Amino acid sequence: MKQRILAGFLATLLCAALSGCGGGSSASGSTGGQSTGGNSPVPAADSITVGISQDLDESLDPHLTVSAGTREVMFNVFEGLVKPTPDGDLIDAVASHHEVSADGTVYTFTLREGVTFHNGAAVSVDDVVWSIERCADADEGKSPLVEAFSAIQSVKATDEKTVVITLNTAESEFLASLTTAILPKDYDAQATAPVGTGPFKFISRVAGDSIALERFDGYWGEKPALKNVTFKIFESGDAMVLALQSGALDLCAHLTPTQAAQLGDGFQVLNGTMNLVQALYLNNAVKPLDDLRVRQALCYAVDKQQVIDLAGDGTGKPLGSSMYPAFAKYFDDSVTDYYTQNLEKAKTLLAEAGYPNGFDLTITVPSNYQPHVDTAQVLVEQLKAVGVNAKIELVDWSTWVSRVYTDRNYQSTVVGVDASSMTGRAMLERFTSGYGKNFVNYANAEYDALFKQAQLVSGAGDDAELVNLYKQLQENLAANAANVYLQDLGDLVAVRAGLDGYRFYPIYVMDLSGVKAG
Amino acid sequence: MKTLQKAVRAHRNACFIAGCIITGVLLALILLGAVWTPYDPTAMRGSETLLPPSFTHLFGTDNFGRDIFSRVLKGAGFTALVAGGTVAIGGLFGTLIGALTGYFGGAVDEALMRLNDTITAFPSILLALVCVAVFGSGKYQVLLVLGIVFIPSFARVSRTAFAALRDANFVQSARLMGAGSARILFVHMLPNTLHILLPALTIGFNNAVLAEASMSFLGLCGQPPEASLGALLSEAQGMFVTAPWYALCSGGMIVALIFGVGLIGEGLQDGRGDRNA
Amino acid sequence: MKYAAKKLAALLATMLAVSFLAFAAFQVVAGDPATDRLGTEATPQRVAELRHEMGLDRPFLVQYGSWLGGFVTGDPGQSYSGGPVADLLSARLPVTLTLSLMAFALTLALALPLGLRSVRRGGRLEGAVNTVANQFLMALPPFFTGILLTWLFSILLHWFRHGAFPGFGADVGGSLWYLLFPAVALAIPRVAQTVRMLRSTVLAEMDKDYVRTAIARGNDRSGVLYRHVLKNSLVPVVTFLAQTMAEIVAGSIVVEQVFNLPGLGRLLLTSISGRDYPTVQAIVVILALWVVLANTAADLINRFIDPRLGGART
Repeated sequence: MKQRILAGFLATLLCAALSGCGGGSSASGSTGGQSTGGNSPVPAADSITVGISQDLDESLDPHLTVSAGTREVMFNVFEGLVKPTPDGDLIDAVASHHEVSADGTVYTFTLREGVTFHNGAAVSVDDVVWSIERCADADEGKSPLVEAFSAIQSVKATDEKTVVITLNTAESEFLASLTTAILPKDYDAQATAPVGTGPFKFISRVAGDSIALERFDGYWGEKPALKNVTFKIFESGDAMVLALQSGALDLCAHLTPTQAAQLGDGFQVLNGTMNLVQALYLNNAVKPLDDLRVRQALCYAVDKQQVIDLAGDGTGKPLGSSMYPAFAKYFDDSVTDYYTQNLEKAKTLLAEAGYPNGFDLTITVPSNYQPHVDTAQVLVEQLKAVGVNAKIELVDWSTWVSRVYTDRNYQSTVVGVDASSMTGRAMLERFTSGYGKNFVNYANAEYDALFKQAQLVSGAGDDAELVNLYKQLQENLAANAANVYLQDLGDLVAVRAGLDGYRFYPIYVMDLSGVKAG
Repeated sequence: MKTLQKAVRAHRNACFIAGCIITGVLLALILLGAVWTPYDPTAMRGSETLLPPSFTHLFGTDNFGRDIFSRVLKGAGFTALVAGGTVAIGGLFGTLIGALTGYFGGAVDEALMRLNDTITAFPSILLALVCVAVFGSGKYQVLLVLGIVFIPSFARVSRTAFAALRDANFVQSARLMGAGSARILFVHMLPNTLHILLPALTIGFNNAVLAEASMSFLGLCGQPPEASLGALLSEAQGMFVTAPWYALCSGGMIVALIFGVGLIGEGLQDGRGDRNA
Repeated sequence: MKYAAKKLAALLATMLAVSFLAFAAFQVVAGDPATDRLGTEATPQRVAELRHEMGLDRPFLVQYGSWLGGFVTGDPGQSYSGGPVADLLSARLPVTLTLSLMAFALTLALALPLGLRSVRRGGRLEGAVNTVANQFLMALPPFFTGILLTWLFSILLHWFRHGAFPGFGADVGGSLWYLLFPAVALAIPRVAQTVRMLRSTVLAEMDKDYVRTAIARGNDRSGVLYRHVLKNSLVPVVTFLAQTMAEIVAGSIVVEQVFNLPGLGRLLLTSISGRDYPTVQAIVVILALWVVLANTAADLINRFIDPRLGGART
């Protein structure tokens, strides 16, 4: 009997599955939609669960944070003297206002009244000075925690409310680095129980599983509508989608279009961009990629729009150089179409370079980033047309970091490169020769010279000239085909119906302070 | 009791035939897939994404507009190749080691069985990951790795089979007639262990299919766009709502492959007890 | 007693070998914890600093020695991803343990009655159906069944919320309910295997002369079955079940991934990809211990059932 029950159960299962199959995409799609919409629990008005794809860093101390995923979440907990806005501006946060001296070397901050840490202590000038000095510390040959702080000559509290930062030389983008978190001076549990001044306070963490935040009722600004936010870790985006459907999650960022398409009417899918430069990054130092003609041939072989359409369902924004549109000031749209697909030209260039029959190319891709894997698959197909026999080599993130990024032992890779701060320098310095993070081994004397000049101009505070130079740098990268630039990936955020107020930022953060039940 | 045995044999024969038919059809498809597929399995067509099964696309298309039937054919070939290779390597060396240790026994036997224990106790996922890290995750590397991992289980089965026959009459008489060890082992004993070894091979094949599928399901095996059935299933899991046929077709293929070979194994076992690899 | 001591020594030797192999394995895998933690901030200098800080620049044997020293004194060390390894394990172990035991219990509860029934009632048609159904169920990979179960019971029927495993700390009943689905996915092929194993073992035993004689003498068939045959079939069945137990645990690694369960398997995978060696090391040892203990337990039970076995291994 039991055998039959089991068999019957299985038969039902298969029938159900097959009927879903026969029903075609529209029918099964709407079934999924209805059931999600009809039966799923409406989120309690003030607490939500957010899916994230990886665990946070071991230490939650924001000054020691290295991973973008950790910064993304902890953006809700920490603030600097200034903080970024969704429009890409900087507004005062822990400071209530600031002044910059005419020569651009002296920054004077007035602390905001009534800003307290999550542990109840008021923010004092000592805390500010300590936080900045900690990140500027370059003792014993260490590199300072915040690179831009190497420009700092001194940090002083001139009275109870005022902090003065003096720079060695002026630097027009310096303010952006002051988004660095202000932390309480005499508190030594920052790594495990972080305390900041942001709209949410840290409650608890279960390593590898979840992080719980709670509204900080003592927040100086507008208090968040949500009381509890739990970040839950799902290594697989597919599992995340199932969890959204089952009601276990309310909000999820960075979904692929395929994943977002699984969600029915119960969700609103917001479209933004990831704010990164996705490209087929080329190791400019290895054969045959050290030949400009070969790199240009690759650029001509690729159809960006098709990559965007096939791998991203048309959600990405095409790019032509190492800058993305969120840098409204510096972004040079004219290089986007520097190369348009031209197979004949690509073949000619390859022939000139001595590869009339193409060559073998290995594309190393971090396996945990599905969009990059998808993009690489489309590229392999496109490169076939010019005889380039590309092969994908999937590696896990650790291997990628050590082999590709640190040892630079690779041919080409598809990844997204972003900026850790809202400065053009953060995007462009990477390609100066000899720079530690120049993982593509780009070495171009003209580029180095332009960048050096940009530094000087930045010091002189000449903003218009700086913009001009940054655009020239972008053009240099495009003209020399440093990499096969593709797109700023689309960022799809699924939000359960009934929640709104999610805002995109030009940097990689997830701001939940504005989210509320509608 | 006799009738029962007969019945068992009769339907075991039926099993064997049914298994051969299923496996034969699958094998034919796989061989076909090796030389010809209805579409280029990696060619992408932006206008034909996520189509449900139809006469133009038997199993529908995936999110890149690739023909799933063609991909499943190639994937099944990948999986079958890895599983077959695994059984070949594991079966050959395993049987050899098992035969020697089972027949001779002694300290080497003890040591090898201890080593066996260690390998069996080592989590296979970690073993696979390490090997993949060292050798790479191409299909031949995975084949080699799984083959080595499967040696102990075959060795164990074969050791038991040979040890049981060590003192059998026909072995002793062969020995008395002055036959060499190699001759005794492979001419006299081996044919008499086949009723245990052959089913063990089919079970081994199925375990290899499962192991390969699990590994590629976890992304430890194969490089896209080349995909085994497990990799296809893992990809399909993410689009179960919009394209359920994808998961059903790729998963169904795994089930069919194991089912067919399983039936053959069942048929091979002529009711003389059971050994599990 | 001497036998038990010998077993224990073998067990310890195996564990030592496994842990050493696992430790050695990290030496050949690309990527290391320092680069992983630094990510795109990694520069050769910072990697070197961090490696020194983490003690990774010490000779291999020294590292292994200090790990082993810690482990045997009950301290598996600090996880590179935060907190002591012991804390991580104590949060994850119950999930995997419960899942495995649940799947094992399901296997036993379904397979024993079904197996015996298939022996007692052996019509031709039913036998064939049994065999085919058995082979089919055996062919269902748990991760595939898991996907189907999730789709049916979570997405369509809303019997459980995929991804919302409450955890034993929060809700024991809810957690057990959630675990039932992966346990079923794990158990289905095992039930089929066990039924088949039982059936063929018992049938082979019933074919033996003493059973035939007993039945020919007019003894009740099921009486003979329960009094003699079962007892004599137990040894291979117990060995088989021990193996099943070990395989269930291995299978749970993949199934935990499908159901997004915070168990040891998922921790193992994330720790491997994060190069969190102390955690990987501890999990490997636990999993290996599980396998070895299951086999040892089977050996001991078999000796208890049939004292003639002596030290022989089957």
